[in-house]
Amino acid sequence: MKRIIYSEIDGNSREFYALAALLGVFVLSALGAAYYMEHYGHYVTGMNNQIVWGMPHVFAIFLIIAASGALNVASIGTVFGKPAYKPLGRLSGLLAIALLMGGLVVLVLDLGRPDRLIVAMTNYNFKSIFAWNIFLYVGFIGIVVVYLWLQMERRLNHFVEAAGLVAFVWRLILTTGTGSIFGFIVAREAWDSAIMAPLFIAMSFSFGLAAYILVLLAACRGSGREIGDVIIQRLGRLLGVFVAAVLYFTAVQHLANLYAAEHTGVELFILFNGGIYTFLFWAGQVVVGGILPLILVFRRDRSESGNLNRGVILASVLVILGGFAQVYVIVIGGQAYPLNMFPGMEVSSSFFDGSVAGYTPSLPEIALGLGGVALAGLIVLFGIKVLRFLPTSLSNMAIEPHHEVTVNKA
Amino acid sequence: MTQERTSYAMIAAVLIYMAGLAVAASATETEPVANSGRVPLPVIPIGEGDSCVEDIDFMRRNHMSLLMHQRDETVQEGIRSKQYSLKECLSCHAVLGPDATPVTAASPQHFCRSCHDYAAVKIDCFQCHASRPEPGTLPADHLQRSTLAVSPATHRIE
Amino acid sequence: MSLKIKSMDVAETPGFDPQRRSFLGAAAAAAGVALAPGVMLYAITKSSPTKARALDAAASSDVRWGMLIDLGRCDSGCDDCVTACATENGIGGHGRPETDPQWIRKIELTDPQTGNSKSLPMMCLHCEDPPCVDVCPTGASFKRADGIVLVDKHTCIGCRYCIIACPYKARSFVHELVEDQKTHAPRGKGTVEGCTMCVHRIDADRQPACVEACSDTGGGAMLFGNLNDPDSEISKRVARYASQQIRADLGLNTAVRYQNL
Repeated sequence: MKRIIYSEIDGNSREFYALAALLGVFVLSALGAAYYMEHYGHYVTGMNNQIVWGMPHVFAIFLIIAASGALNVASIGTVFGKPAYKPLGRLSGLLAIALLMGGLVVLVLDLGRPDRLIVAMTNYNFKSIFAWNIFLYVGFIGIVVVYLWLQMERRLNHFVEAAGLVAFVWRLILTTGTGSIFGFIVAREAWDSAIMAPLFIAMSFSFGLAAYILVLLAACRGSGREIGDVIIQRLGRLLGVFVAAVLYFTAVQHLANLYAAEHTGVELFILFNGGIYTFLFWAGQVVVGGILPLILVFRRDRSESGNLNRGVILASVLVILGGFAQVYVIVIGGQAYPLNMFPGMEVSSSFFDGSVAGYTPSLPEIALGLGGVALAGLIVLFGIKVLRFLPTSLSNMAIEPHHEVTVNKA
Repeated sequence: MTQERTSYAMIAAVLIYMAGLAVAASATETEPVANSGRVPLPVIPIGEGDSCVEDIDFMRRNHMSLLMHQRDETVQEGIRSKQYSLKECLSCHAVLGPDATPVTAASPQHFCRSCHDYAAVKIDCFQCHASRPEPGTLPADHLQRSTLAVSPATHRIE
Repeated sequence: MSLKIKSMDVAETPGFDPQRRSFLGAAAAAAGVALAPGVMLYAITKSSPTKARALDAAASSDVRWGMLIDLGRCDSGCDDCVTACATENGIGGHGRPETDPQWIRKIELTDPQTGNSKSLPMMCLHCEDPPCVDVCPTGASFKRADGIVLVDKHTCIGCRYCIIACPYKARSFVHELVEDQKTHAPRGKGTVEGCTMCVHRIDADRQPACVEACSDTGGGAMLFGNLNDPDSEISKRVARYASQQIRADLGLNTAVRYQNL
């Protein structure tokens, strides 16, 4: 395979600056929302004492999960040595950092005391998985920076495999930690399970790759670089495998919970009579985020391969939408179900014991979350303009010179 | 000069300049600083009794350390010695407002604010802590001390 | 000042000494605090080996503060404990029940099989192995040496993870600006708070406000004392009569126990 050439994008078109401005507007409105929430207190949001983690956390957790998964593409090239993925590694690292920063910014700005970030970064209670996560997230950024540097500094390329392995293992630990934030909570029946960690790993593979596909296609199409069907469809089929993995772990999670009588209540809540949570689970997570993308990427299309490419793009979008639904059901559905302190009794109180908690996302929360996504976009946008993250060509010849292009003909 | 020598010369010049600034700054410490008049000097009400926890110079420099360390001992270990109690500080240093009740930290006359506003150091103690003693707990003879100004010449309370 | 004499089980308690009761009465009169019989401050009890703690002494693990709540005496319509706590700690509502903090609340239980209903006060149960302490990323949620679980608001960043982790929903997040706090109960926007077992009162040799109110004007259902002192009333009571913890299956060993649950 010939030497891959990376170059900065021109980034001086009107469309480029328009996109940057649009993302900037979202970031600014997020900052405004954060100020509003911090100044008046969280009563201006939809979060309350029953649902303490709301839309900002849904966005933040999605972004963090996707961040660790976005690095996967680089790992496949470096750690698993697949040549077709090697040109994709640099953008993968950039996207991983961008998504993680977006998620962390949302998380920090939603804190009750964001002015105490220094306290959070200097006082650690290492019994807390949350404290470990802070450590893992910050470390992840550092490791990926080093990984990127070793990729981009050709004289040091021979160290990149070691860095890639470290990054791969670190991100597995990170995602396990993120899943364990929920999995370690004994109090909440929807979460108290060891399967949360592998479920989150599978989700990270899936969401991260979907985000990567969309960003890669947008970057190439936007900068006029060629990207061939081979790589698009390879990524699409890989996405299908990951989506299937997520469906598998989801199925295991719910089937195992249904079997345990003590968890029947929360399972029936999520699966059947939870209103919005049931709808988001079946329609959002399973159908939109699972079954439809599988059909789109694995069908045999006898027509031109442009349809398959569009299918991959659509599948990626659906995976992201379904992923949001999944995180919403996990985070908010898990909090909405009442604590079972008195088994078998009907419970009521002035503190909403015994009843399903209500939650309506408010505008400041959504603005804050979207700002995190926009920040990730801005980091990628300016990253590919300033440094050489994007390969000049991902055409079929560049990816697989010996590949038979006739694979999709009837 | 060669390029290298130019760089070294520039670095040396910057270092010498910074050293000179440090010398000048330390030299001017004992001289009175002219009051530019833009920012009013703090008007610091004096608290009750003869002496504070420690003398004025010590308190000026170290009250923040006392607060930061004592608070951990009080909260985490339950040590509530009266001398270092925030309640006692606020009780002695309470400033009575026009309605003869102690002012809160919302008022610029509050003891802590009178210096902190001048020094432009924002404190967040009173986001959680009450900034004045409970109503009715001040002794009847708690003095409405006339506030003493800081001398512009010596920067000390007269 | 009235001493409400309840027909509690005190007379049947082994070792009941009428002279001690009258001593209590005199001491109570002197202290100006109305006590129900059987509710003894550990400092005043002659037979208790633990001495009153000096102000500048650290809390020690020799003591474990706990409460015993007799649901047989807890009346569904009474919420004196809730009102007392709000008054003592300066917790004002804002008419927004979903975001207003509650440190103690009354829970109404009904058994759908039998129709039997009862009422109970629920607050932070001050577990021996608190999940909220385990999960706090900065260590702001901590357990004092004498068993009281507190939030160090100097370190709390307001992440609300402890609220998620608590099996009893004991904690609240402060959703709005707080003004006019009580000097003995600092609380502020953006931090998490919960029942402190009136630690400021305990350190001053008094009882928590809820226990005091329950004795004064409520049903006399709440008993406070030192669980580590075998001679304290509460230790004797839990040894003699069955008591339960809520969600005992979690193995948290709560300091607040309930009778007739």
